[in-house]
Amino acid sequence: MIVVEGLSKSYGGRRAIDGVSFTIAEGEIVGLLGLNGAGKSTILKILGCFLLPSSGTARVGGYSVESDPQSIRRLIGYLPDVPPLYDEMTVDSYLKYVARLKNVARADVVRSVSAAKEKTNLDDVGSSKISELSHGFRQRVGIAQALVHNPKVIILDEPINGLDPVQIVEMRDLILSLRGHHTVVLSSHILSEITKTCDRVLVVDHGRLVAEGSEVDLQSRMVANMRLSLDVSQVPAGFADRLKGIDGVAAVQYVPGQGIERFYVETSRDVRAQVASLTVNSGAGLLGLSRGEAGLEGLFMKLIKPVEERAHG
Amino acid sequence: MAKALLVAGREMKAYLSTWMGYVICAAALFIEGLLFNAYAVGAQPKGSAEVLADYFYFASGIAMVAGVFLAMRLLAEEKQNGTIVLFYTSPITERQLIYGKFLSAFGFMMIIQLLSLYMPGLIFMVGKVSLGHLAAGYLMLALIGASAISIALFASAISPNQLVAGVTGALFVVTLLVLWMVADVVSPPFKELFGYLAIHNRHFMPFSQGIVHTRDVVYYGSVIFFFLECSVRALEARRWQG
Repeated sequence: MIVVEGLSKSYGGRRAIDGVSFTIAEGEIVGLLGLNGAGKSTILKILGCFLLPSSGTARVGGYSVESDPQSIRRLIGYLPDVPPLYDEMTVDSYLKYVARLKNVARADVVRSVSAAKEKTNLDDVGSSKISELSHGFRQRVGIAQALVHNPKVIILDEPINGLDPVQIVEMRDLILSLRGHHTVVLSSHILSEITKTCDRVLVVDHGRLVAEGSEVDLQSRMVANMRLSLDVSQVPAGFADRLKGIDGVAAVQYVPGQGIERFYVETSRDVRAQVASLTVNSGAGLLGLSRGEAGLEGLFMKLIKPVEERAHG
Repeated sequence: MAKALLVAGREMKAYLSTWMGYVICAAALFIEGLLFNAYAVGAQPKGSAEVLADYFYFASGIAMVAGVFLAMRLLAEEKQNGTIVLFYTSPITERQLIYGKFLSAFGFMMIIQLLSLYMPGLIFMVGKVSLGHLAAGYLMLALIGASAISIALFASAISPNQLVAGVTGALFVVTLLVLWMVADVVSPPFKELFGYLAIHNRHFMPFSQGIVHTRDVVYYGSVIFFFLECSVRALEARRWQG
C-alpha cells in the first residue's frame, strides 16, 4: 500500500530525513518511533502530500506523491499533531463539511458522519461547539475527520499527544479497532504505546531509519546484541580471556573494584548461561549477571545512540 | 466549482458566526454614514449627481479597507490555527480553495454594499439621480472591493499570520493606490505605465460619474485574476517548502 524509497527532505541546509526506505502492506498498523525532531512528521507530511521530498520516491496506493497527489488525497485520512478544527463549528457541521471536502456524496454524508462518530464515541457531542470540547474530545474529532470518508490509509501524527491515561487507553482501543479495515501509519515518541497498537515499528533517528520490525523482532535483535554486566569476587587469573573464549563474545571490558570486580561482556547472542557456568566452574564467586539495558527502551536508546555520538563527534 | 462553493459557504458562515464579520460590516457602514453626512451631503448646496459621486469616492476607499480586513485572515488564520492541513491533505485543488475563499469575502463585501444602499436611497428621496449612475457606482465598488480582496488574499497566502497579512495587503493596495502620484513625477513610458496600473484614480473616476468603460472593467478584472492566480501559485509552491 505504501512504498518509500530513498526518501530525503531538507529544510534549508538541514536534512530532516535522509534516505529513508520502507514498505507498508495493506491492512498493517505501522508505527514511526523516534524522538522529537527525528523526522517522523516530515515522513508523514510527505505521505500526506503536504510536502514534496527533496529526493527519493514515495507511493501510496500506487500513486506518486509528486505526480499524483490528488489521487492520494482521495485515499488518505490525515490527523496532524494539532487537529485541524474550526472552533466556531459544531462537531456535526464540521464533520459534514469535511465529508463533502473529501468527496463523500451528498446523499451519503449523514451516514458517513454517523459512522465516524460511532467509531470515535462522539455520538453525545454532535451538537456541541468544538470550542467547548476537552482536549481528548478534540483529538477524537480530529480522528473522526480523518476517517469520515472511510479512507484506505489513515495517517496519525502523534495521536496520543497530550492525552491523559484514560484517554490514551481509549485512543489505543480506537486505533486497534481500525485494524483490518484500514492501513494505519502513526507516529509517536512513546515506545510502549507504539508496541501496544502497531504490528510493526519503524525506528527513526536524525532522519534515518535505524531499525524496523515487530516488537518480537526488535526484542530478539536486542538479545542478539546484548551487553552483559557480570559482578564476581575472587577472580582467578586469566578469567577475562576465558570469557572472551566463549563463542559469540565480541569483547570483554574489566572494571576493577574493591572485592567486587565487574566485567562488561559484549555478545552477538545470548550467552548468559555459558558465562554463569564458566564463572562458577572457574571458582570465582558469581555475585550478579544482568543485561546492560532492559526492555525495548534500552534497544531504542542503543539504536539512536551511535547516531547521536556521530552527530556530536 | 462545487468545492469552491463548499469552501465559500463555510467561510461565509464563519463571517456570520464570529465577531470579525459583524465588526467589519458595522465599522464600514458607520464610517460610510459619517462621511456621507459630513462629506457627500455636506453643508453647501449640491446637485444630486455630485452628492452621489462624492459618496462613491469615499465608499471606494472604505471598500478597499474592508476588502483588506476581510481577506487578510482567509489563509493566514488557517495557517495559524493549523486548519490549512485539512486542505493540503484533502482532494481539493489550490485553485478551488483560493477561489472559494475569494467568493466568500466577495459575497460578504456585497452584503455590506447592499446594506449601504440606504444612503444613495436618501439622495433619491430628496433629489434626482439616474439608476445608471447608481449601477455604475456600485459596479465600481464591487470591482475595487474585489481587487482589494484578491490582493489581500495573496498577502494572506504568503504571510504566516493575520497581522503580517494585513500589513502586507495594505502595503500592496496603498502602493497601487498612489501609483498615479508617482506617474505625475516620472517620464514616459513609466508615466503611462504607472498611470494605468494605479488602482483608483484613472479607472475610478468614470464610474463615479456614471460612465462604464470596458477598459476599466478589464483593468479591475485583470487585477483580480492576477492576484488570485498569484495566490494559487503561492499555495502550490508551499509543497516545495524546505
